[in-house]
Amino acid sequence: MLRIRRDHTRFKKIVRGSIKKHLKQYITKGELIGRQGKKFVSIPIPQIEIPRFHFGDNGSGGVGQGDGEEGEAVTPEAGDAEGQHILEVEVSLDELAKIMGEELELPNIEPRGKMEIENVRDRYTSIRKTGPESLRQFKRTYAAALKRQIASGSYDKDNPVIVPIREDRRYRSWKTVEEPESNAAVIYMMDVSGSMGDEQKEIVRLESFWIDTWLRSQYKNIETRYIIHDAVAREVDRETFYHTRESGGTKISSAYELCQAMIKRDYPVSEWNIYPFHFSDGDNWGGGDTDLAIDLLKKKLIPAANQFSYGQVKSLYGTGQFVKDLREKVEEEPKLVLSEISSKEEIYQSIKEFLKSGR
Amino acid sequence: MSLPAELVRIREHVEAVARSVGLDFFDTVFEMVDYELMNEIASFGGFPSRYPHWRYGMEYEQMSKGYRYGLQKIYELVINNDPCYAYLLDVNNTLDQKMVMAHVYGHSDFFKNNYWFSKTNRRMLDEMANHSTRVQRYSDQNGQDEVEAFLDACHSIEDLIDPHSAFFPNRAITADETTADGIEPPRLAAKDYMDPFINPEEFLASQRERLKKEKEQSNGRIPAEPVRDILLFLIQYAPLRDWEQDILSMIREESYYFAPQGQTKIMNEGWATFWHSKIMTEYCLEDSELIDYADHHSGTVATQPGRLNPYKMGLDLFRDIEYRWNRGRFGQEYEACDNLTEKREWNRDLGLGLEKIFEVRKIHNDVTFIDTFLTEEFCREHKLFVFAFDEKKGQHEIQSRDFEAVKKQLLFSLTNMGRPFIFVEDANFDNRGELLLAHRHEGLDLHAGHAGATLRSVHRFWRRPVRLRTLRDGKCVILTFDGKDMSEESCDRPVQEEMFGKTDE
Repeated sequence: MLRIRRDHTRFKKIVRGSIKKHLKQYITKGELIGRQGKKFVSIPIPQIEIPRFHFGDNGSGGVGQGDGEEGEAVTPEAGDAEGQHILEVEVSLDELAKIMGEELELPNIEPRGKMEIENVRDRYTSIRKTGPESLRQFKRTYAAALKRQIASGSYDKDNPVIVPIREDRRYRSWKTVEEPESNAAVIYMMDVSGSMGDEQKEIVRLESFWIDTWLRSQYKNIETRYIIHDAVAREVDRETFYHTRESGGTKISSAYELCQAMIKRDYPVSEWNIYPFHFSDGDNWGGGDTDLAIDLLKKKLIPAANQFSYGQVKSLYGTGQFVKDLREKVEEEPKLVLSEISSKEEIYQSIKEFLKSGR
Repeated sequence: MSLPAELVRIREHVEAVARSVGLDFFDTVFEMVDYELMNEIASFGGFPSRYPHWRYGMEYEQMSKGYRYGLQKIYELVINNDPCYAYLLDVNNTLDQKMVMAHVYGHSDFFKNNYWFSKTNRRMLDEMANHSTRVQRYSDQNGQDEVEAFLDACHSIEDLIDPHSAFFPNRAITADETTADGIEPPRLAAKDYMDPFINPEEFLASQRERLKKEKEQSNGRIPAEPVRDILLFLIQYAPLRDWEQDILSMIREESYYFAPQGQTKIMNEGWATFWHSKIMTEYCLEDSELIDYADHHSGTVATQPGRLNPYKMGLDLFRDIEYRWNRGRFGQEYEACDNLTEKREWNRDLGLGLEKIFEVRKIHNDVTFIDTFLTEEFCREHKLFVFAFDEKKGQHEIQSRDFEAVKKQLLFSLTNMGRPFIFVEDANFDNRGELLLAHRHEGLDLHAGHAGATLRSVHRFWRRPVRLRTLRDGKCVILTFDGKDMSEESCDRPVQEEMFGKTDE
């Protein structure tokens, strides 16, 4: 253990602190950072500079050595002008999620009670006398042979030839470890009706990316499903989810219906932690559908879900009525979380609202 | 880890050669370390342990990344201590180790004999370990965050010392101690009958007059004259808790320990390079190693275009001195000679070169070294130039190859290690217990933002408003930090007075 580790850890902690301060900025750029398949993100951190009395910019001259006429440029690195020192710090998405969790004061999520044994793994931790040749442990085998030869007096130190026999053989052996795991399903639903513009979708995309990142840091197995809806709902892949633009009217109940069916078919409530997220501009079709949607929500979705999150993105055209209806008609339901997001900057706050309860 | 047998044998050989060529060094202990340990020690400024602070972690981050990406590798590390400790990197090949050893004996000789190092603590290895323990204890008592924040403030002002004061141990900072009636100039010791001649009455009278005037001017001010050792001043006068005072003293001690290394960078590296070159090429190199040696050595003295390499600069200057003194190319007769042919051929066969460079390594530091031995011929031969930033073109460009200009720029960048001179001028500014610092302006303005941030650090010690008087764009200004806000006001002192400060009177 090096002594420097202590200071190194401390330094990294400070750097993390500075990531925390700038977290908002990373979140609004989430898409850039979270490119698929890339596990680490490089975050440039200005080196922590200790302030001192020193000369300003006009002191950047100096003495150099080499060829060249007067007035000729010297290579840019000449001079001790103190540029901004940049340290690149690698942060994994997991770690970023952790930092986000700390900063947003997100509680760790308590998974649903069932501790089913989901995963069984073998760990090679011990030695035994029998086993397949492919697992033979040479060192131990020879140590055993040496021991035997010394004990039996057949060891000659001037001519140390050691020949293992059958009884000397040692093999690596495994233990089966059972790891309890819990599963989570996240179902994103988005309103893609005519009133949802590109900006609104961008907000939805960023927010769902970060929510996804956070939930992934909490669960080992996570399934994400995507539903888009206007007047009808359908399940789509991730790509389509973010890029489609339809232009129909809006029937929120259609999405809830599909979501409910999906849960019923694929995610038995007893084994899965279910997180439906619904993003819309809140501009639902005629009165009847809103009642239908709320009814579905109350009777089916909320009881099945760990938490149902509804995010209403502000749009130029919509009335934003749906969130008001929800407030009015669903009383005191802790599992229903509502959040209104009017601009990119509010994503940060909205994530906090959605995830603060730790359900 | 101690050295393997082969390196022990090599070390004995190199050491014997180093002694035979006249180097006089401390006992030197070599340790073999892997790159992780090497990076750790280098991050700690060469020591195996330092007090806990994130700054070392930051160094380590950079160093280990640099190593991992193959950008940099530390070949040698040597500590000014008795015995001298040096570290060898275990993955280096035997030739490199040999060369590093020769280089290290050069440094060790320099540490032991150079005058500017004479006041450094030769037990610094132990001292650093003590500092580490003490800071750790204060951390345990007061909390890591608090101690760390205090250390941050200390680091911000750690270079505000007076490197020359080590040579004047008795010059303490005091309020004006002469009492009203006791203004008596010091007398030189003399027998009674000689006294009127050695201490003539009219001289004493004029001195009395001077002291009286000074006293009137200073009016019991603290400090009586501007103080450059700001750390010492704060230790003595700032309202610090015991542990704070102790930590600040440690920081000051370490600053004084490291100061001569900054003052003699060119000489120290030049000297070590001079000797590794001589020892290797004349005594220790085997035929098979020649190419590798040449490759490594030329890497050491390579210049990037437009950058000054202290290893090369120092090496070339020492070689130039040796050459000149061997041929008698110095002194009035040589300087006065204006027959160029004769001058070029000048050789008095004095053979004083070696003797001279040993003398130079004993008494000079970089400033006096360059001032005394940089010649116009050297400047031309080694293609030195002054560069500056051209605002219009947005690039650094060669400004001049004129000898005087080169020398001036070089001396300026070496003086006070290229940092501004800051003094404590008044600890009771405006009669309100505020601290006034003054920047002795020598042509360059301070970096305004950092100056403000540094004032904040000073306030951490003084706990009353702190001020800094400096020049900006040719006008006198006073920056103030009152504990909450930074402010700036102009000041109507004549600029001329500010340029050279009171200390030069």
